[in-house]
This record gives sequence, C-alpha cells and structure tokens, in this order.
Amino acid sequence: MQTVPDNKLINKVGQSVRWDYSLRSMSFYLAVVSGLCLFFADLEIISPNPWLEFKAMGQGLINPKIVSYSELLAGLGNTLSFALQGMAVAALAGFMLALVYQHWWVRVFCAFIRAIHELFWALIFIQCFGLSPLTGLLAIALPYAGTLAKIYGELFEETSPQARANLLNSKSLSAFLYTTLPLAWPALSHYTRYRFECALRSTVVLGFVGLPTLGFYLETSLSEGHYAEAAGLLYVLLLLIASQRWWLRKTLLPVYLLLAVVYLPPSASFDWPTLVRFFTEDIIPLPLRAASGDGLVSWLAFMWQQQLWPGLSNTLVLSQIALFATALLALLFVPFNSRLFVGPFIKRGGDGLLIIARTLPEYLLAFVALLLWGPSMLPAIVALALHNSAIVAHLLARFSEQIVLRDDACKGVNRYFYEVLARSYRQFLAILFYRWEVIMRESAILGILGIATLGFYIDSAFEEFRFDRAALLILASALLNMAVDTLARCLRRGLHLNTTADIR
Amino acid sequence: MSAEFISTCPESILREGRRVKTSDPGKEPVFSLLNAQLVYEGRVVLSNLSLNIAPGERVALVGKSGVGKSTLLGALREQLPNGSAWCPQQPGLVAMLSVYHNIYMGGLHRHTSLYNLLNLIKPLPQGLGEVAELAQLLGLDKHLFDRVEQISGGQAQRVAIGRALYQQKNIFLGDEPVSAVDDYQAQQLLTLIAKKHETLVLALHDVELALHFCDRIIGLKGGAIVLDAPSSDLNTQQLADLYC
Repeated sequence: MQTVPDNKLINKVGQSVRWDYSLRSMSFYLAVVSGLCLFFADLEIISPNPWLEFKAMGQGLINPKIVSYSELLAGLGNTLSFALQGMAVAALAGFMLALVYQHWWVRVFCAFIRAIHELFWALIFIQCFGLSPLTGLLAIALPYAGTLAKIYGELFEETSPQARANLLNSKSLSAFLYTTLPLAWPALSHYTRYRFECALRSTVVLGFVGLPTLGFYLETSLSEGHYAEAAGLLYVLLLLIASQRWWLRKTLLPVYLLLAVVYLPPSASFDWPTLVRFFTEDIIPLPLRAASGDGLVSWLAFMWQQQLWPGLSNTLVLSQIALFATALLALLFVPFNSRLFVGPFIKRGGDGLLIIARTLPEYLLAFVALLLWGPSMLPAIVALALHNSAIVAHLLARFSEQIVLRDDACKGVNRYFYEVLARSYRQFLAILFYRWEVIMRESAILGILGIATLGFYIDSAFEEFRFDRAALLILASALLNMAVDTLARCLRRGLHLNTTADIR
Repeated sequence: MSAEFISTCPESILREGRRVKTSDPGKEPVFSLLNAQLVYEGRVVLSNLSLNIAPGERVALVGKSGVGKSTLLGALREQLPNGSAWCPQQPGLVAMLSVYHNIYMGGLHRHTSLYNLLNLIKPLPQGLGEVAELAQLLGLDKHLFDRVEQISGGQAQRVAIGRALYQQKNIFLGDEPVSAVDDYQAQQLLTLIAKKHETLVLALHDVELALHFCDRIIGLKGGAIVLDAPSSDLNTQQLADLYC
C-alpha cells in the first residue's frame, strides 16, 4: 500500500478527479481478500424449498395482522422502556467518562465495554439477573456508555478552544460547562438522538434472546411461520422508528423517562452469593479453579483448536465477504438515491427502500434470511450487506448531492463513474471503514443464529453452563473488535480519510 | 526597517525608547520581560525584547497590524494568567448562550461549580444583579437574555468587554477592545475600562484614543520596540510614522 506523503498535497488534490493510487490499491486488496474468503465460506442453500417459504413470507407482508393488541402494547412498552432507560444511563455514564477521556485507561476501558456486543452483555447478565428488566437495562447501557463516551470525548476535543482559553481558570469544570459543553451541544444531541434509534433496534434484537420486547414476539411468530402476524409487528417497528422525529421531543424526555421507570422498574431478583460466584469462580478457566492449575495448557489448546480458531476465522471470513458485498451493493444503490441521476419520484422510492433496509436490524434480517435458506453464511452475508449498504448508500448519496457539476457534464453511467464516484470515492472508503467495525461485531453475533462464528460458540457455552469458555470467547471477540477498530482508524488516517464523528 | 524609522523620529523619543522604562521605579513591576523572544505560530515576531510595566501604568501598544501586538499581549497574560482581565481581539464568545451567560463567564472562578451549573440552567439573583448592572453600563441591558448569535458585531464586542470587566481584576489586557464600535462608544467604553482597572495594557490602532487614554505609548516596528515614551511627549503625527 502506498500512502500519500504530504498532507498539504492531499488538501489540494483531495477533491480532484484523479483516482488516487493508494485508494485504488486499497480497493484492489479489499476485493482480492474478499475473493479468497469466498473459498473458505460455506454458502450452501440448505433449505429444501426456499421459494415456497419466500412466497409465504410475501403473502404475510401483504396481509399483515395484529393478533393480540395487549401483546403488541406490552412489547412496545417494554421496547421503549428498555431503550429509554438504557440510553439515559448510557448518556449519563458516557458523559462522565468523556470528562476524563484524556486518560488512556479511560479510553481503553470504554473501548473494551463497547467491544462486547449488547447481545453478549445480555447473555452474561441473564446468568446474573435472569430475564429481568435490569438485564435489559445493563445490556444496553454498558456498550452504549462506551460508545457515547468516545463520541462525546472526541466532540469536546474538536470544539474550538478559544472561548475557554479566554477565561480565568480555564481548566475548571465551570469553564467547561460554560464554553466547551454549549459549543459541542448541537452535535452532541444530534448524535445522541441517532444513538437512541440504534438503542431501539438493539432492544428489539434483545427480544431474540428472551427479553420481552417486540423482538421476542417477532421471533415467536417468525419461527412458528405466522408470517402475517410477524409482518404486523414488523410494520409497527418500522412506524415506531420512522416516526421518531415527531414523538422524540427534548421537552417530553423527562416525562417519557418517568413513565419508562414506572412501567418497567429496573429490578431483578438475584442472590448475592450466586452473583459473586459467577464473577469470581464460574468465569475462571476450569483448570485454574483447582489449586494446582494443572491442565491449563491443554484447556487452552482445546479451546483454540475446537472453538477459538474456527470461531475467529469464520467471523473474519464472513465479515470480509459481507464488507465487500456491502461496498458493491452500496455503489449500486447510490444512483437511485441521488438527485444527480434520478428524478424526484424514483429518488423518493429509493429513499423509502433504503430507510426500510437500514431501519431493520441485521440480526432480524439474518433471522428471516435463515428461514429461507437454512443455516449457512449466505443469509448472514445478505443481511449484513443489505443493512449496511443502505446506510453507506444513503450517506454517499447525500455527499454526492453536494457536488456541483458543470452544465455540460456527461450523463448516466459516465456521469456516475467519471464525475461523481471519482470525486466521492475517498468519502466512500471512509464510510465503508466505519461500517467495517460494525460488520465485524455483527458477524460474531450472528453466530447465535447457528452460523459458526464466535457467537455460535459463545451461545453454546452459555447453554452448557460452561461460563469459563464463554468468558474466554467473549474476551476474544472483544479483542478482535478492538483490533479492527484500531486497524480501521490507522487505515483511515493513512489514506487521509475524514475521521470526524458525523458520518457514523 | 527600524533604521529607517529611527531616522524620521525626533531625538528625544529615541532616547526614551532605548532604555527600559518604568514610570515609578519604587514599585515592583506587574509585567517584566528581559531579552525575550516572542513567537507566533512558529515564527519569531519580536526578539530581544525587554519591558517593565509598573502597577498603575496605562500603556498603549501601537504599530502596524501583524507587528506583534497581540503576541506581546499574550506573553504578558502568560505572566499573570489568573491575575489579569483578558479581552482578546477574537472575542471567542459562546454563540448559543445568552449575553448574560457570556458576561457571567468572567466571574466563574468566584463561585463553586454547582452554583455555576445552577446559574447556567437558571440565572441566580446574585449574578443577575451584578451582570445586569454591568450590562446597563455597556448599553446591553435590552439584550441581556438574547443569544449572542442574535446580536450585532459591535454588541458582541461589548459583551466581550463585559466578560473581561466581570473578571474583576486590577489589571486589564485588551487587544483592540473597541475596534468594532463607533468613536463615541469607544470613548465611553475605554473610560469605563480605565475607571475599573488600576493598570491597563491596550493594543490600539486608533492613535488618538491611545494618546488620550494612556500615559505611556509603546511603538512596535520591525520586530522590536522602537518607541517607548509618555504620551504627553507625543502627538498624533509622530505616532503616524509607526505605520509607514
């Protein structure tokens, strides 16, 4: 990979039509690695008659029905309560952590808690607190606090220091409250609002491991093949997220939060000895629990050969293919979502489809695709690529619309490749690398559905009550995510890609 | 550059300019630089600079833009970071907060963080009383609860002055504090600043204001102090030479 030597040079030519050599070779290697991964991927269609299932789903989508309004309301209430409470705790904790974000150990701590997916946190807390409101609250709050701390911390750092420097005692908390905080506030509240949407999605997904959110009812009706019922719930979910900007008002937040706490008090019935035993004994590798510690090496060797290596390699293979599929699909979607290529009518249609694809969580999409094709990597790839390419295409289309074309600029395919893509390719890669981390996290998680990534082994370990194995595997997934996070950041920096928060 | 200037200057001023001067040798200087080299963005703008400023002095820094007045003021501020009221050229106000809060910011250090936090959410009586009085003097009383992004440039400059006044220090360091207001207001504001502070160091491009409000003029040219004299010895024409 050749990196561009001079930052200033890039500022001059960054927007030019020239295809940067480093960008080109980066794309080439991405394609080659993904192509190689295809050889190792299990892409078989196992289901005997996918078309029949597909037809049944289509019929369900056309004839949605709500069977029980009390179930629907309970699911909605629980979803909103979990998301609101989880986000409230996460925002508060994230804010506190952001205040001390300059310390390296705070950054590492935040990177660690957000590297563990909310579903894994949920699996851990289910062991401690059962399927209780507290479990749902913590599973959302912990990883989200880590993410929010990072974003808030970066926003505070990016704020112009001038106003603060003009004050006496400019390092004091008061000086921060009066200058940095209000200056960062618009971006901060914008991002927090976006994160709330993510929290709603995450909460729905938590339903798939048993918490009583909309996802729980969705999972039940989908697995039982009641597709009309599932479609009804799906439309409610889409409406809930799409209508957010009308009901999510700053002034109403305290009321919502109060209602959420009253409706679903964050309680759990647990006993301390079990809890203490879980953290001090159960998650310690079995050989270490004996005083001698014999057999640790063989335990580790077994874990590596039977679980860690297959889990890690499948996670990597899946995420790599999904990343490339995301890139291709996004490039295909962009023209249908940009004023430069299509009229307002088609653009609105493109908008609608992309909104649906990015509103539905990957996990749900993968679950549905799995019902069609059976457990192989194919449904996971389709789900990951659909959801993520919708996001990438949306962001890239918005970026492309800022490009001012000459009056005599070429049209159609030529315009796309010569004018628009050439100018926005750097941005495209930047967005793609952000999604890389997300795709990696989700690839591990989709294992819970039966694809042999890390999540599969983690879920099995929990089912067998082998918490020491689960702990090791979760630790491995966290380290993998942290490594990818770091690598993606290095790549972005090496390619002089934008690293600000606004495109996440 | 400086040689050229020296040749056009009257002798008396040159003699004054060469020696390090304090108006009252009995007092310990509040600011003191000895053979200092001042750097702005990696570039040396003033070198071999020696300067003492005694308490009670009213000093004007004059010279062409880019000559290093702001850098010198910044260097003086570094000597007393929490002891001097600071009114920089770029006001650095917080646009989304009210005039009241931007002025109140000057007095943050006098209260606990909790008090300041509550005051940020809802103005508290003590701060409100003091700031309202100050805003009246600055002609901002009608805009006290307007957000800074809604007011004019001249009004924003008065807010910045208000913030510096509310720091309530004996020493005032101002970098073109009245550049965005008309002559009449400039006079009034400088009178107010002078009344509330014992020692002043002001960068001013308006030489008449400098001569009127300050008792000592320091002229900068070509990276050095080329003029340091009591304003009573100088006239507008002599100062105009600094700008050629």
